[in-house]
Amino acid sequence: MKYSIMLLFALLLCGKSVAQKCESILLGEIIDFHNNTSLDGATISVTGKNIEVLSKNGGKFRIENLCDGVLELEISHHECATKFVTIIIEGDTYEKILLEHHLEELEEVQVTGDFTKTTTSAQEERLTQRELEKFSGASLGDALKSLNGVSSLNTGGNIVKPVIQGLMGSRVLILNNNVRMQDMEWGEEHAPNVDINANQDISVVKGAAALEYGGDAIGGVIIMNPLPIIRTDSLFGKTQTSLFSNGRGGNITTSLTRSYNSGFYIRGQASFKQLGDLEAPNYLLSNTGILEKGASFSIGKRDFLQGWEAYYSFFDSDIGILRASHIGNIDDLITAINSEEPNIINDFSYDIDRPNQEVSHHLGKLSYYRRFEGLGKWSLQYDFQKNKRFEYDVRVGEDANKASLDLSLTTHTLSTDFKFDATDGLDIKAGLLGRYQNNFANPETGVRRLIPDYDKFDLGVFSIAEYQAKNNLVFDAGIRYDFSRVNAKKFYRTSRWEERGYNEDFGTTIIDDLGTQLLTNPIFDFHNISATTGFEYDFGKDTRLRFNYSLAQRAPNPSELFSDGLHHSAARIELGDLRIKSETASKISASLEKNSASWGYSFAPYLNSINDFIVLEPGSVEFTIRGAFPVWVYRQTNAQLMGIDASIYNNWNSNIRTDHKFSWVQGTDTSTDIPFINMPPAALNNSITYKNKKIKNLVLNLESMYVFEQQRFPSNILVFSPEQQIEVPLTINTPPPAYHLLAMDIETSYSIRNTNDLKVGLRVTNILNTNYRDYLNRQRYFVDDLGRNISLRIIYNY
Amino acid sequence: MKTKTSVQKLTRTRAIVGLLSLGLITLSCSNDDDPIAVDEEEVITTMTITLTEGSNSVTLQTRDLDGDGPDAPVITTGTLTANTTYTGAIVLLNETETPADNITLEVAEEDDEHQFFFTTSGAIGSVDYTDEDGDGNPLGLAFTFSTGDAGNGVFQVTLRHEPKKPNDGSLADAGGETDIAQSFTVVVE
Repeated sequence: MKYSIMLLFALLLCGKSVAQKCESILLGEIIDFHNNTSLDGATISVTGKNIEVLSKNGGKFRIENLCDGVLELEISHHECATKFVTIIIEGDTYEKILLEHHLEELEEVQVTGDFTKTTTSAQEERLTQRELEKFSGASLGDALKSLNGVSSLNTGGNIVKPVIQGLMGSRVLILNNNVRMQDMEWGEEHAPNVDINANQDISVVKGAAALEYGGDAIGGVIIMNPLPIIRTDSLFGKTQTSLFSNGRGGNITTSLTRSYNSGFYIRGQASFKQLGDLEAPNYLLSNTGILEKGASFSIGKRDFLQGWEAYYSFFDSDIGILRASHIGNIDDLITAINSEEPNIINDFSYDIDRPNQEVSHHLGKLSYYRRFEGLGKWSLQYDFQKNKRFEYDVRVGEDANKASLDLSLTTHTLSTDFKFDATDGLDIKAGLLGRYQNNFANPETGVRRLIPDYDKFDLGVFSIAEYQAKNNLVFDAGIRYDFSRVNAKKFYRTSRWEERGYNEDFGTTIIDDLGTQLLTNPIFDFHNISATTGFEYDFGKDTRLRFNYSLAQRAPNPSELFSDGLHHSAARIELGDLRIKSETASKISASLEKNSASWGYSFAPYLNSINDFIVLEPGSVEFTIRGAFPVWVYRQTNAQLMGIDASIYNNWNSNIRTDHKFSWVQGTDTSTDIPFINMPPAALNNSITYKNKKIKNLVLNLESMYVFEQQRFPSNILVFSPEQQIEVPLTINTPPPAYHLLAMDIETSYSIRNTNDLKVGLRVTNILNTNYRDYLNRQRYFVDDLGRNISLRIIYNY
Repeated sequence: MKTKTSVQKLTRTRAIVGLLSLGLITLSCSNDDDPIAVDEEEVITTMTITLTEGSNSVTLQTRDLDGDGPDAPVITTGTLTANTTYTGAIVLLNETETPADNITLEVAEEDDEHQFFFTTSGAIGSVDYTDEDGDGNPLGLAFTFSTGDAGNGVFQVTLRHEPKKPNDGSLADAGGETDIAQSFTVVVE
């Protein structure tokens, strides 16, 4: 706290004797911290005494007849947060008091914060606490699907990758407590390595408008933050447990926070989840269990002027992959597609057998911020991440218990930014980021590496600004430059190297020739520019229009560049391409929203044109001794994605509310005018909620979800089947039919020690036990999707 | 107030020193060693089927030295004599390793988890198993192979890992995962 003491020299000589008689005078001045202007009209009262004065004539105030010693003042101003200041009175004293005029800047110390959006002009949605509690035992991807325009690419029920307006993987960034997740997000069967219970404030920015987090978020950004700490002397916690009938298991999560008046806090959280084999309506899905453990710990101090935090989180999951989806060749795949039931159904078990994935993620972070009077806020952060992934296949002999894939990805990031907020109505933020990443593929697997060893260096610089032109009009804009260098060491089969024609373009990268294999050292540099601009315009009280344009460039990920090998989980050979360049997206999005107490709507169309869009699609077929395999190749083309997310709600009376949501996206390869693979089909969601505070805070919700059949998909490929000795169509692109699911949720609250501190909820999904398959589930070739699931949740706050 | 300020300064200094030292750790992590080549351990590159009748023997072979690589397997086939019963034997090799690894031994060892399936058409009469696993179910490393009248025939050989055992002899009923699926067009004279 900046302060100064000034003694009035006229009274200096007799200061001591005056003090003892309680005749000291306090002269003070109230100043706005941000721009150093004086604040009139603040109320200053002395704690424990019946003294109250107002600041006037340039923020000045005067209190007479004070005793020497320590004094506490309470200063309040209608535009500011109330502040308590301790002052030492030694004779006549002068005190300058800085008030935090900008309430919205106070997020760090606020008791209950309203949701501050990350962007002003882009489409952005946030999960409510109630939704999060419903999905505490599920995955992040499942919870995010309750937001309009967010779908998921699944590998079974437990591997759920979020898809934002048709895009996923490396096009979707995940910010975990302000740390950009580096968890091998490039793979279709790699779920985000985050515990949904660790950071409970989750929002999604649809598109690349949140430039401070990265310029390559062509799909969007998922922002997960911890709930704000209450700056008071308290100890509080929350424990939630959920039990599931489908999978015959459950999860438990608990968190405990100790906070102090000084802003110091310690918080710990831990989660555990176990499910056995999941069930489709008609049969058991063998080897689909999951065992998940998570913990996080943070310690820090948050003050208005400065603060720091040390954070560590750990996440570990062991996920079984449906046994029947591990197949040998194209004929096995054709057999699976044509058969009604999977060829392997074992008895129920909690054991996780081969094939499976064991993934762990460590994340550590140190951060610091400081505000400068009349200037702004400076932040500095270092973070460390280590992601370890083992994938086990069904193998024979000595190798039966050896992983087929063993990758370690280590990332260090140092970032800093400065937010200039001294000028009213104009905020500018500028930042810098440096990152080093190393991937190590363990050769002990005895299987050729799908992803090679590499070092990656990133450097990013950005600036974003927000300008309040009028009371109801805000503009925002930003620009960012990213440099990245990938330095890989990869073995190629000589036959593959020649078939790809790499010798001409990349012949100089060969550093060793082992006969059947070549060791190469490709080094790629990427320079990417991204920019965004837009506005938010408020009509009256409840209605607003947002418009945003964003330009984003994304460098290819290691999978797109280097992928090279056979995936048993899909009976396909995947090939990256060293020639792949950055892709460039231009997205226009708008949203018209009304949010009034009685009703509201949101209408949000978008158009995303992507040049050099990187897509993985089945193309040719290759023969091996095991039979034929479709070859999925990464290629670049021009793409157009357009769609709309629309929703409407109505409060029919104080008890009944209905919600209606619709989302639709269409993706087209504009070079060939052929639809893209794996575009989410349109979905319509209707729900009715009955609330009654008198009956134990009852919330009863019925939900209907209709997913349309995807009519736009690329044509199937023809393959020669060795078993049938003829060429047959491989119907891997054909989408399954539309489906309709019903769900129900009921929740009541009870007061044990505090008001409504115990909540009990019952949820049933797929009530009618409908047989269905989802287009965006990679296991739809083999099995039906999940059957009915009844879950019970108990939440206790203390 | 003065004390508080100096404490804050100290905290700040500590935080900055901490961050800088972690930054230095970052820089000291690079590693310039070349990675080690991986030789595929359990790939079957070569299946050799020897059909013997007295002193005559015919070899059918499929060989795919680049495994999952782009090159298709090289298939060698032969000419058989009409209305003859041959004794068949299968040898599996991984020739990406030197010396070649004999996978036949692994299959014989885990015989309860493996089975060969034979499908014939045209001028091939029948194929019968002459070996069995520990449970008395067929394996197929050894078999008899009878030709019919002269003509052309297709001989399909499939090795399944973890099939249902016992099964009705069809691929559809056996399920499991295909380790080998090759067909040989043979001439019967």
